[in-house]
Amino acid sequence: MHPAKSVIYFTTATGAGYGLFFWLALLSFHGHIPANNAVGFHLMPFVMLAVAFGLVISGLLSSTGHLGHPERAWRALSQWRSSWLSREGVMAILTFIPMSIFAVYWVFLGQNTGVPGIIGMVGAFMALVTVFTTSMIYASLKTIPAWHNIWTKIGYLVMSLMSGAVLGIALTSVFGLTDVAFHLFNPVGLLLVLGLIIKIIYWQHIHSDKAVSTAESATGLGRFGKVSLAASPHSADNYLLKEMGFSIARKHAAKLRWIVAILGFVLPFILIGVAMHYLQDTAKLLIILIAAASCLLGLLFERWLFFAEAKHTVTLYYGQDKV
Amino acid sequence: MTSLPKTAPKKKLGLVIDLDICVGCHACATNCKEWNTGAKSAPLTDLNPHGKDPDGVWFNRIHTFETMSDTGVSRTVHFPKSCLHCDDAPCVTVCPTGASYKRDEDGIVLVNEDICIGCKLCSWACPYGAREYDETEGVMKKCTLCVDKIYNENLPQASRAPACVSTCPTGARSFGDLNDPNSDVSKLVAARGGYDLMPEQGTKPVNKYLPPRPKQNGLDTAPRTLEYVDNSTDAAPLLARWVDKILSV
Repeated sequence: MHPAKSVIYFTTATGAGYGLFFWLALLSFHGHIPANNAVGFHLMPFVMLAVAFGLVISGLLSSTGHLGHPERAWRALSQWRSSWLSREGVMAILTFIPMSIFAVYWVFLGQNTGVPGIIGMVGAFMALVTVFTTSMIYASLKTIPAWHNIWTKIGYLVMSLMSGAVLGIALTSVFGLTDVAFHLFNPVGLLLVLGLIIKIIYWQHIHSDKAVSTAESATGLGRFGKVSLAASPHSADNYLLKEMGFSIARKHAAKLRWIVAILGFVLPFILIGVAMHYLQDTAKLLIILIAAASCLLGLLFERWLFFAEAKHTVTLYYGQDKV
Repeated sequence: MTSLPKTAPKKKLGLVIDLDICVGCHACATNCKEWNTGAKSAPLTDLNPHGKDPDGVWFNRIHTFETMSDTGVSRTVHFPKSCLHCDDAPCVTVCPTGASYKRDEDGIVLVNEDICIGCKLCSWACPYGAREYDETEGVMKKCTLCVDKIYNENLPQASRAPACVSTCPTGARSFGDLNDPNSDVSKLVAARGGYDLMPEQGTKPVNKYLPPRPKQNGLDTAPRTLEYVDNSTDAAPLLARWVDKILSV
């Protein structure tokens, strides 16, 4: 599948934004992040929530970037009964309600526990549901076996919680909230390990030799033997090949997976571990920020591969022998 | 609403494509383009049509496949492909806007271009590549089964068939109601063993394909080929081996 930049950014940014909100709400709910209960503008929650909202909003806007008619995007909210894309849009908008109420309480009233904390948790739960609906846009497509499996859904959820937690450690460290950062230390370590394991299982899964559809089933000519393409319908690439016949990544897939594994998981794991246990002050902050940047960059590569490696059944009509 | 019709359509209009007699002339694709670039989905945009990499929207594309059996018998099969107007059309249910729909009355799958946002998800959901994005219009386009031709009372009855069917010089394409067991197309499917493309995708296509008929001479092995050329083997006659030796000096 063609890895469109707008969609890669959409899935990684909204995932990280919702994940960050989840952890901020959870830590607040448990009273781990101090709030002074004073009316006025509070910079710390404002910056942290602005990052979460910023990632979510920019991601959602980016997803409308590849539309032929962005001005009609609102129509995408109408078919939630049948379409996962529509459900995603509806959930994203509904999730803004508890998220925004929680943000107003925390930023302007200095309250993040009690009732506001509960509202935050509702938002956190809905944020995860939204991430799930995003994953279902892809996982519901039978035509793309590399997406139509449980690892796609688990992967999106875990990567969202993981990148959110890494951002959470980075932001709390920026504000010198060492204790709060330590509350995220175990979840981050666990999620980085879990994330890598899930990616490895996913890669194994999509490269098992099990074929869902073949050139034989696509043409129904298997009764005569092995089917191969003798002549393409047109001399130049058409929309179908440009959109769904993307194959550049496969050549470099092995190398790109190493890049994903190291930047996205291994390096952040080591850097955060070292920084939290052995470093102080500026050095600690710097290394944690590098870890967060590395993790997000790794996830962009991960998402790029997710699209680029996925084979669509239509390629069976253009020379692919199985998907 | 992009849910599929609740009760199965009474009529299921579709095509039956005979792979035995298709000669791969692309006339169906050409006439499809001709009709549809002035019909419901007009224009059928072409990009750079006279340049090095021409591109454009087509509802009908003709592939040519080769099959090779274990015994070395090969066949060349011309393979026209257009929308199959599936009973369980995944392109319809994924549509977030309601632009994509399947008609209750005859099962034809269409796009309402006035509300399509051009998200392309339907083209991802279709296993067959039946939907194409029109870059200049920013909407998805697909085979309409010539809905503006088959019901057109201004045309003589004989012309009220999809453009691809009207034009096929070999009669490889038939059009009719595949829900009616007594229709000509249903009888043809029953007589010739018409089949679905990629049944494992669960789309339940309405269009059927008729397989190439068995070879008339009944040969199921390929004729010997290279052995005759290779005179160096012991299988070759003595004289031939002798000549080969002399000439190889």
